[in-house]
Amino acid sequence: MGEKILMKGNEVIAEAALRAGCKHYFGYPITPQTEIAHYFAKKMPQYGGTFVQAESEIAAMNMVYGAASAGARAMTSSSSPGISLKQEAISYTACAELPAVVVNIVRCGPGLGGILAAQCDYFQATKGGGHGDYRLVVLAPSSVQELYELTVDAFNIADRYRTICMVMGDGMLGQMMEAVEFRDTEEKFETDKSWATTGSGMKREHNIVTSIYIEPEILEKHNLKLQAKYAEITKNETRVETFNCEDADIIVAAYGTVARIIKNVIKTAEKDGIKVGLIRPITLWPFPTAAFEKYAEVPKAFLAVEMSAGQMVEDVRLAVNGKRPVHFHGRMGGMIPTQKEILQKIKEILK
Amino acid sequence: MATVFKKPHALTDLPMHYCPGCTHGIVHRLVAEVIDELGIEGSTVGVSSVGCSYNNYLYFNCDMVQAAHGRAPAVATGIKRVHPENAVFTYQGDGDLAAIGTAEIVHVAVRGEKITTIFVNNAIYGMTSGQMAPTTLIGQVTTTSPFGRKPEIQGYPVNVCEMLSTLPGAVFVERVSTHDIKNINNAKKAIKKAFQVQLAGLGFSIVEVLSTCPTNWGLDPIQSLKWIEEKMIPQYPLGNFRGKDLEV
Amino acid sequence: MAQHDMIFSGFGGQGIQSAGMLIAYAGMLENKFVSFLPSYGPEMRGGTSNCHVIVSDEEIGSPILNSATALMAMNRPSLDKFESSIVPGGIILVDSSLVNRSSDRKDVKVFEIPASNIASEMGNLTYANIIMLGKLLSETGVVSFDFFEKALKKVLPERRHYMIPEEMKALEIGMKY
Repeated sequence: MGEKILMKGNEVIAEAALRAGCKHYFGYPITPQTEIAHYFAKKMPQYGGTFVQAESEIAAMNMVYGAASAGARAMTSSSSPGISLKQEAISYTACAELPAVVVNIVRCGPGLGGILAAQCDYFQATKGGGHGDYRLVVLAPSSVQELYELTVDAFNIADRYRTICMVMGDGMLGQMMEAVEFRDTEEKFETDKSWATTGSGMKREHNIVTSIYIEPEILEKHNLKLQAKYAEITKNETRVETFNCEDADIIVAAYGTVARIIKNVIKTAEKDGIKVGLIRPITLWPFPTAAFEKYAEVPKAFLAVEMSAGQMVEDVRLAVNGKRPVHFHGRMGGMIPTQKEILQKIKEILK
Repeated sequence: MATVFKKPHALTDLPMHYCPGCTHGIVHRLVAEVIDELGIEGSTVGVSSVGCSYNNYLYFNCDMVQAAHGRAPAVATGIKRVHPENAVFTYQGDGDLAAIGTAEIVHVAVRGEKITTIFVNNAIYGMTSGQMAPTTLIGQVTTTSPFGRKPEIQGYPVNVCEMLSTLPGAVFVERVSTHDIKNINNAKKAIKKAFQVQLAGLGFSIVEVLSTCPTNWGLDPIQSLKWIEEKMIPQYPLGNFRGKDLEV
Repeated sequence: MAQHDMIFSGFGGQGIQSAGMLIAYAGMLENKFVSFLPSYGPEMRGGTSNCHVIVSDEEIGSPILNSATALMAMNRPSLDKFESSIVPGGIILVDSSLVNRSSDRKDVKVFEIPASNIASEMGNLTYANIIMLGKLLSETGVVSFDFFEKALKKVLPERRHYMIPEEMKALEIGMKY
């Protein structure tokens, strides 16, 4: 590890991508993630890569589709409304089994909404977004250091499984500065990309990248192949942090920015004699169901805290499977749940 | 025995699915002949679009990528930026290019992206069975303009070449036709030049090819060729709009 | 556990973000946990600028502050907006050259420093934020003098390192005010 540097979350994402060997970035300005584009625009020439400011989010994601077809590590980033526009190409990219990284620095919605931090895109990221039976691997960092590490991982996961990997932060993580320590070199998953459309060189049959399968038998078979891949990803790539869960009075489920706040709540609650546990999904898909199953009968209740109207809480309920009540506390519109209100909610539940 | 005619190497052996009298097959052949003549099959990547030619990735022997409706120029941009040494072309119809993909085609030209677009204009949506296209002529009957296209209701046809030739990044812009042998030969010359312009790194090149759709026009193949000549060309004049004198 | 929750606020161009970043950087160099959260978006387009900085001995939860232990207010709107956010026993630093009222709070320590005037006399208005930081350092001990100097070297681009001795002089003036 090198020395600690104070860096903005958005810039760290771009730096991480460059370190992971991403030489092709396509983006479109939108607050609060545009510093990612600024950073690439400035640094890409040094890396001999390309930075394209596209005409739209739609075009940017289709450029990623093209660059990934050609065998490159490629990425785009945006914030919620822009991610909605990318969904078409995300579905095509998933079907064509192209490795790609998409970063969503979530802002509050719906509609144009606002520009402050939120977690209201959980459904969109984990349950579809675009059309068809596909999944994204969704990584949810909760610190600037983790933005770095998970962005690097995203490229490796994308290449390993020929899948899209989404790094989902929020406006606060993107805008804040924290200390980050970069490794000297990154481990790069080396994979055979002989499927890529790089030009045949007249040495092989032509390669085809496509997402259209008109014959139902063939399309069903392709779908089964995708599902088998998603099962493999679920088995290998599910990530979670559990903290303080053994003999907890209540277990809070939270990810990203909110999980940070919960760690403060845990300390404060301890002074009041309440033992609060935390399950922090790091992969939102695949969802860490096993962690919830493991502790399902430990606490009196579960509480999901989100910056949304209640999205992840549905997965928590499925995972706890009726063994304990699952409560919810959420804030919306760019409001951040405070330690105080969360602690109050916990006390109400345990009363 | 002397070979007087053969299939270009850049085309596969698969029989094409196009309707009788459709000129898509001719345009495919012209592109393939150009690829052969320039000796670039091994370094060419084509981008199929959405429309009747959606699966022409099966017909071209070079590497092929299938793109979402209208997005082929963006996909081609990604491909080209990764391997600038390769020749990259998109093959798009009028619905794909001039309706849903208007932003993408305009901006690939704005950026002067070094790709070539083959734009097949047959004034109608073929694959979805004969709806009005942006290029549908005034008075033309389609399934979504059953009383004929009326300017006060559906507006006017789009002249893509004229529009794109106002952009400095579009360095080679030409409209050609497939309605007779002479014009087919001209079409090939234009397609070849468009690829050469790309290979020389000069900027974006596009060839608009007026093409038939006997099935959806409700005409037989011969009548269709006449229809291009008599109806389409007055709206879509043939000729070079940009880059005629470029040295390549 | 010691944790400093600080709000820096003023007009755009007064070096508010740099002030916050310097404290965060110095804290990091001292091996503390730090976070720096700027205001962003439309908020920053009205000419006001603020940031939240936390320097702590322990891992930092939320980087956004609902209340703070210190406020550095370099204009009147900043004092109006954040005065009530300061916890009892906290401190409020006001650039009295630019703020035409005093704080009404009796449960916090208020320091009025004519930082912009002093900086002008020094011949460079941009030192005003550093003078204010001097007082913040001497009153809270959030970071040390030495580490502040190290942070300056990190934050300032090389071509402006010649300014560091003057900046440190400004810091000392603030510390002693």
